[in-house]
Amino acid sequence: MTSEPDALPSPAPRGDRTGALVSGQDTVARAAATPDRPQPYAELGLTAAEYARIRQVLGRRPTDAELALYSVMWSEHCSYKSSRVHLRQFAEKAPASDALLAGIGHNAGVVDIGQGYAVTFKIESHNHPSYVEPRQGAATGVGGIVRDILAMGARPVAVMDSLRFGPADAADTRRVLPGVVSGISFYGNCIGLPNIGGELAFDRCYAGNPLVNALCVGVMRRGDLKLAAAQGQGNKVVLLGSRTGPDGIGGASVLASATFGDGGDGRESAKRPSVQVGDPFLEKLLIECCLELYGAGLVRGVQDLGAAGIACATAELAAAGTGGMRVRLDDVPLRDGSLGPPEILMSESQERMMAVTAPGDLDRFLGICAKWGVQAAVIGEVTGTGRLEMSWRGETVVDIPPGSAADDGPVYDRPAARPAWQDALTADDPAALPRPGRPAGPGDPAGLRAVLLALLGSPGLAAKTWVTEQYDRYVRGDTVLAMPEDAGLIRVDERTGLGVALATDGNGRYTLLDPYAGTQLALSEAYRNVAATGARPLAVTNCLNFGSPEDPAVMWQFTEAVRGLADGCAALGVPVTGGNVSFYNSTGEAAIHPTPVVGVLGVHDDVRRRLSIGFAGDGAAIVLLGRTRAEFGGSAWAHVVHGHLGGWPPAVDFAAERRLAAVLGQAAQAGMLCAAHDLSDGGLAVALAESCLRGGRGCRVRLPGEEFTFLFSESAARAVAAVRPGSEDSFAGLCSAHGVPAETIGSVGGDSLHVEGCFTVPLAELADVHGGTLPALFG
Amino acid sequence: MTVRIGVITFPGSLDDGDAARAVRRAGGEPVPLWHAERVLHGVDAVILPGGFSYGDYLRCGAIARFSPVMTELAAAVRKGLPVLGICNGFQILCEAHLLPGALTRNAGLRFVSRDVRLRVESTRTPWTRDYSGGQEITVPLKSGEGAYVADEATLAALEAGGQVVVRYLGASPNGSAAGIAGICDGPGNVVGLMPHPEHAVSALTGPSADGLGFFSSVVSALAGAPADAPAGAPAAPDPGLVPSR
Repeated sequence: MTSEPDALPSPAPRGDRTGALVSGQDTVARAAATPDRPQPYAELGLTAAEYARIRQVLGRRPTDAELALYSVMWSEHCSYKSSRVHLRQFAEKAPASDALLAGIGHNAGVVDIGQGYAVTFKIESHNHPSYVEPRQGAATGVGGIVRDILAMGARPVAVMDSLRFGPADAADTRRVLPGVVSGISFYGNCIGLPNIGGELAFDRCYAGNPLVNALCVGVMRRGDLKLAAAQGQGNKVVLLGSRTGPDGIGGASVLASATFGDGGDGRESAKRPSVQVGDPFLEKLLIECCLELYGAGLVRGVQDLGAAGIACATAELAAAGTGGMRVRLDDVPLRDGSLGPPEILMSESQERMMAVTAPGDLDRFLGICAKWGVQAAVIGEVTGTGRLEMSWRGETVVDIPPGSAADDGPVYDRPAARPAWQDALTADDPAALPRPGRPAGPGDPAGLRAVLLALLGSPGLAAKTWVTEQYDRYVRGDTVLAMPEDAGLIRVDERTGLGVALATDGNGRYTLLDPYAGTQLALSEAYRNVAATGARPLAVTNCLNFGSPEDPAVMWQFTEAVRGLADGCAALGVPVTGGNVSFYNSTGEAAIHPTPVVGVLGVHDDVRRRLSIGFAGDGAAIVLLGRTRAEFGGSAWAHVVHGHLGGWPPAVDFAAERRLAAVLGQAAQAGMLCAAHDLSDGGLAVALAESCLRGGRGCRVRLPGEEFTFLFSESAARAVAAVRPGSEDSFAGLCSAHGVPAETIGSVGGDSLHVEGCFTVPLAELADVHGGTLPALFG
Repeated sequence: MTVRIGVITFPGSLDDGDAARAVRRAGGEPVPLWHAERVLHGVDAVILPGGFSYGDYLRCGAIARFSPVMTELAAAVRKGLPVLGICNGFQILCEAHLLPGALTRNAGLRFVSRDVRLRVESTRTPWTRDYSGGQEITVPLKSGEGAYVADEATLAALEAGGQVVVRYLGASPNGSAAGIAGICDGPGNVVGLMPHPEHAVSALTGPSADGLGFFSSVVSALAGAPADAPAGAPAAPDPGLVPSR
């Protein structure tokens, strides 16, 4: 049976924004005859210049349907008009890599991982919808990224999510966070994808703009890559999945491009109709249906329907194909019979895909859809006209060159200027902040202990169990590592043990202090997290969350971040395969911290050799890898203890990151280690506590220098490793051969975290402090 | 003889692949069964896997129980076919009245995904004969509607008849009556439980290999082996073990 749309929460009422468009039938003939009719282009988010350009492309005024189509295709969300000139660097500076099978510009990048397998992965934002309606906004964010992966020809195998909210104790966070988590849980669990990791962070700057970035990874055989192109004249265009309804109309242009109101003025509720409603059951059927269609060789081209719905799918398929496309909008199955062409084109109803199949394959194609209970309708054909033509009730309502909508949208090189306050921010050095042992002199064990517990119990560093317990991590049976490990790890081949590791990282505080270095630190951390499991980092995806591109200060942050990421990827030898830009994350004049979230994918030749962060095996030597400097700008200590944000973030050192990754990968493969954990927020102290808690074992360490710095500095390119007894010498030799500083600081054992001369914290106390925070806040 | 164990796929089934893998690891041959076909292909036992059949619309399992394959299954159960329902499969068996009681929303009203400790209370079923009585095992629980409820008389009868198969150790994670995690029918052939033994067949991908006993039990029961093999002993090498070097 098919899913019953009526069983869903009732579709939102039609927004009045587009109501004016459906009154009366506007056709190409009528548009030519009434060139001066006023059109609501500004309401749809188009500028006067953009509207003029549409008229120039068409040689007449657009029809209502064409105007709707261009407005969504030329929105910031779909056209990347403010970011495109900068994103080119990812391709221009890309390191040589023979692993990249499909890169930027496709639904998702595709990477060759060997043994005949390819993986595709991408991260995408659903920030604004998740603020308006947290549960459905987050749920449909998962659904959308999963369809991106499916459209590449891959079976989706896991999801992750990177979440940022306002202060954990703010009333609105208690509305948004549980809703977002329940939406991800509801959708991800029901489509049967393990949730293997992500992030959770809190900061005042996200209070009106939570960040909900969803990642999906998929696996296919190397030759099974599908491209979004409508090829072969006469081939059929089939729309699969959910009926088209009035939900999410204008979401692409309204929600992603317009600045939000100040909040509290009722405007959020006015936008509720713009948020889509998800049906994960139908998505699961759609996944299985598409994979069976692919396997049977019945799909000549395929595209998911996300932002801008049918407008985007038809324009992109036609633009990438060999000819044109003719579509009969009357044949689109509707959930609401009152919808007209503009709404049908703009609708963001979920759980839909568009595929191209040969006429001779159509019966088999529809048979497979019927088997899975997935509705399928032939809505058009591939033509050789080079035009995208659409009819409605016998008349032509769209007749455009598809490339003008899909590829040749407006491009803006917006003004960027380093903000005047940047210098004062970096001059505000955290070295001046009071810290334990100063001015009282070295030592102050009680003070150091208190800092550790304050960090461990702070919402951003506390145990994420409250969240992750709502996610299925086991489904599909290939999850080797998941939260709270450094990276998620999925087995790809049960026979050989081939697998992929994934981590996402971002740090808005670092990026605010220095957008270029902060972005590189996010990249470094994700790279290091993947390496800490023993994997070989291979490729990068990113989700760039920023304020308004019309603000030169934000644009400067953005250009610096993109330049930093492109340079960093070149230095680390890992190409960017794709990504997503989310602008307009601002409330009133206040933008969020610039928050690029970077995802790194790595390969494990044998997942049985993976490393957990958990200390295992009493007596294992604990080795601190990398060089520790006094680096506290943007640190968790400054943020949690002093509410301070200033100075410079830790120094970036890509050469050191590469050496560290090489050591961890080779040591894992050689079986020298029983655990490894990357050092980042909260430094060595927090990392040791996490490793003790994960493994259920204590440790005793002696710090090799000034206590406060060694405990809490956030210097990059560092990790702790627990060495398998008997491998101490070979591991030391490996570190030395790669020039990685390595110092044995103690050993695993006991039931407390003991730092000589500083403090002893029983594991039970660590667990209470670490585990108690989120349940106390969210119930 | 190769023991053939059917795994039913309903629309929305998610753990069918895991159940098939567990069967293989236990030395059996998994046979895919399709909800829309009224045939069991002569299998020796059947597993109803976890997932969200029909999106859990109406009630968990309420629609799946009317699938054509369920008619055949009910008839085969009357002849003694061993059947295991895991999570959504347990819910379907209750909805189909092949097991008593029902599963309702978790006490905390949230989805709970957690490794749980269980005590094996009954080893008389074909799915648990490889365990020792009172054995404690760790397997994942992952469900939003896992609280077992039944009227007092039914609960008393389950206890008296030795029909409680597995019980949560410590506080119930979902508010199940009497900490019940799984039960069987009177004869003991039909077993349903909320936790997922198929996700605990290897230390590499699960919290333990403790769940393998459910699958090795039925394989040995159907192959006619005496129930004296070591509890939960894997029939195939654990791929989670690091190869020695």
